[in-house]
Amino acid sequence: MEPVLEHPHGPPIGLYLKVWGLLFVLSTLSYLVDFFHLQGQLRWTLILALMIAKAGLIVAIFMHLRWERRALIAVILIPPLALMVLVAMMFVEADYTFLTRMAFFR
Amino acid sequence: MRESSIVADWSADKAAFRVPWGKAMMWIFLLSDTFIFGSFLTGYMTVRISTTAAWPNPSDVFSLVINGTKLPLILIAIMTFILISSSGTMAMAVNYAYRRERKTAARLMLATAAFGAMFVSMQAFEWSKLIAEGVRPWSNPMGAAQFGSCFFMITGFHGLHVTAGVIYLSVIARRVLRGDYEARGNYDIVEIAGLYWHFVDLVWVFIFALFYLW
Repeated sequence: MEPVLEHPHGPPIGLYLKVWGLLFVLSTLSYLVDFFHLQGQLRWTLILALMIAKAGLIVAIFMHLRWERRALIAVILIPPLALMVLVAMMFVEADYTFLTRMAFFR
Repeated sequence: MRESSIVADWSADKAAFRVPWGKAMMWIFLLSDTFIFGSFLTGYMTVRISTTAAWPNPSDVFSLVINGTKLPLILIAIMTFILISSSGTMAMAVNYAYRRERKTAARLMLATAAFGAMFVSMQAFEWSKLIAEGVRPWSNPMGAAQFGSCFFMITGFHGLHVTAGVIYLSVIARRVLRGDYEARGNYDIVEIAGLYWHFVDLVWVFIFALFYLW
């Protein structure tokens, strides 16, 4: 992780074009997941893997986070982990609500 | 101690991030926006898991019939490609701005804004189509009532961000073109506007995966 870009104008245009192409490929793949009606575990795994790959490319290259200092990277990437806690709690809660509704309101 | 050590950056009474203040502030703003969209998507997850009615199949709801063939999610796929392309032109605009080729940078920013406007128009088309089919925030003919509120809230808030971004980019592009930043030769503003734009694309990645594909 270099604190200063080796290149004075930031990463070369060629890198952006490569990432652009890669994002197109990844988006096409996620569209094909739906097009071919993949179901169950395979579908969810693929959707999440492609989503994380695309998000990573955008944040690391397009938003230049790869070349930022570690203090800034930490401030940006660590707080959203709190959202994962919220997701986990709401997942449990929603499951409980569903079971309650199945028992009383069907 | 390593120069880039996190301890070294935080342990003295000085600016911690060593980036232009506008850039640090944009990142903090985007962090807060992450929490807004994160909460929306968590709310969507919660109602989708807890509803006893069947969730409408997005693959069917967002399909279009083109030349007699029914294509699932096709409009959403096109919107995804448009937004990714807009991120590509924006990344290049930042590069050219730092090279101080301001005309090219401004043109690329305007291209980005045009892609954004295209995206919003397609979203307006999609909303009109769904409203015509009877989808409302409180009910819809396809299944679970919560579908409509999630759809309008999440895509609506995202569309609002895209619209704001189009205006923001147009304003900055005009200033760049006019040469407002030539005197000091400081083109950080293009990168800061770019951060906002890439974030809008980033949020769409999550909405596309979790709302449309799931």
